[in-house]
Amino acid sequence: MTRELTCIVCPKGCQLKVELENNKILSVEGYTCKRGLEYANTECTAPMRTLTTTAPVVGGGVVPVKTDKPVPKELMLECMKVINTVRVSPDAKIGDTVIENILDTGANVITTRNVKV
Amino acid sequence: MSVKADLVIIGGGPAGMSAAVAAYDAGIRDILILERDTSLGGILRQCIHNGFGLHRFKEELTGPEYAYRYELMVRERNIPFKLNTMVLDITQDKVVTAINGEDGLFEIEAKSIILAMGCRERPKGALNISGTRPAGIFTAGTAQRFVNMDGYMPGKKVVILGSGDIGLIMARRMTLEGAKVEAVCELMPYSGGLARNIEQCLNDFNIPLMLSHTVVEIHGKERVTGVTIARVDENRRPIYESRQYIECDTLLLSVGLLPENELTKSADISLDRITGGAIVDQSRQTKIEGVFACGNVLHVHDLVDYVSEESEIAGRSAADYIKGKTTTGKDISLITDGKVRYTVPQKISAEENVTVYFRVSDIYRNVRIVVRDGESILVNKKKQKVAPGEMETVTITADMIKNIKGNTLSFSIES
Repeated sequence: MTRELTCIVCPKGCQLKVELENNKILSVEGYTCKRGLEYANTECTAPMRTLTTTAPVVGGGVVPVKTDKPVPKELMLECMKVINTVRVSPDAKIGDTVIENILDTGANVITTRNVKV
Repeated sequence: MSVKADLVIIGGGPAGMSAAVAAYDAGIRDILILERDTSLGGILRQCIHNGFGLHRFKEELTGPEYAYRYELMVRERNIPFKLNTMVLDITQDKVVTAINGEDGLFEIEAKSIILAMGCRERPKGALNISGTRPAGIFTAGTAQRFVNMDGYMPGKKVVILGSGDIGLIMARRMTLEGAKVEAVCELMPYSGGLARNIEQCLNDFNIPLMLSHTVVEIHGKERVTGVTIARVDENRRPIYESRQYIECDTLLLSVGLLPENELTKSADISLDRITGGAIVDQSRQTKIEGVFACGNVLHVHDLVDYVSEESEIAGRSAADYIKGKTTTGKDISLITDGKVRYTVPQKISAEENVTVYFRVSDIYRNVRIVVRDGESILVNKKKQKVAPGEMETVTITADMIKNIKGNTLSFSIES
């Protein structure tokens, strides 16, 4: 089976062609960097995404957050539910951890700016 | 209040901050950044998704993180900035009139000005969609601000018109926050957004991208209740028989960005009809000596990394101008064949390596980017694919410029 993918690692958006047999990768074509090859491999076996969203702040408002590493794609909406239940301190600084090891993915949810600007 | 400054930078977004840092590092100290919002950072503050900074910082940052890095650079250098400050006018003599709650109305006599005001979204009024005008119609960027900065969802069932990057990003964002995005309609037969965004913002969530489709009617009295969409023919005219109704409470518009050049016009600086920004030379100088432009106010960029790069050129050029350095060289105009829609800069007037940025007007495959001086070919670059949504570059070297015989360089796409 051949799968055609658009690499999402960088804005170039290389078109990748992956040859698969019984979910095993035989060959990858079209990538132009090492990260592209890695992307093709994980995308065909266990697709991962960095999740970016906002989290509520104590006393109102929101602060932007992200997972500090990619999480399994199918867990994105589950992660959203967890993130929406936290309340971030109004004193939180950029890079502070809001949730450790979200849904056992190994990724922490961290703020991407100071709450107070 | 009337003051003097070596360099006034209008806009404290990524362009203004990069330009300020570059000018400072080139030895200029008397700098003032004027920003109308409540903090530095510009539009990056609401672009909470990642993908910024891969070129510049070799890592993937979110918009606020990218902005914060530059804010730190500005703060480390103690470059002065005024927030909540609206610039009202600039003159040909480089007098900047601005207003804020603290200083009131004031004027600054600047030796040099950098225009870094960014761009705005094309509004609904420019689209001529028939039907009613209920609540629930937003530009994608307005919705982005509501969701990402204010924490409000503008709707639950959404149709997006236009597949620019902000529209694609908002399709994912609204979905993550629990809304149902029914469709993204794109008038053109291709998307104006990056391929990666179609993949990770639409395909990841099974959101249909309807190419060659547009919204022909908006329904609803108080609030949007639905839209009628239709396929368009090759002349972009809706095909009546293909009309279909989609129930929704929100219509987001992502139909292009326009450089915000009201101030540029007030100083009578000539604009490029196609980019909507000033006509500049390789130093990003406009037709007024000492007035430079960079970032999205000059032409709309795909990547903030390129905005920073361009703004550093403007910052260094302003520093040279303030220090009295002048460049010599004949004026060379860059002309295009139509397949190349525009170039920035539009002219070259110095013998130095110049990276020329340009966009094409359609998708072309297996082509060559050709730059000619009269009959002789200076650049002949093969490309598998070029697309309007992706900015291209070629470098014209100092040597090439030295040896140019004519007064023009022509840019074309050839098979």
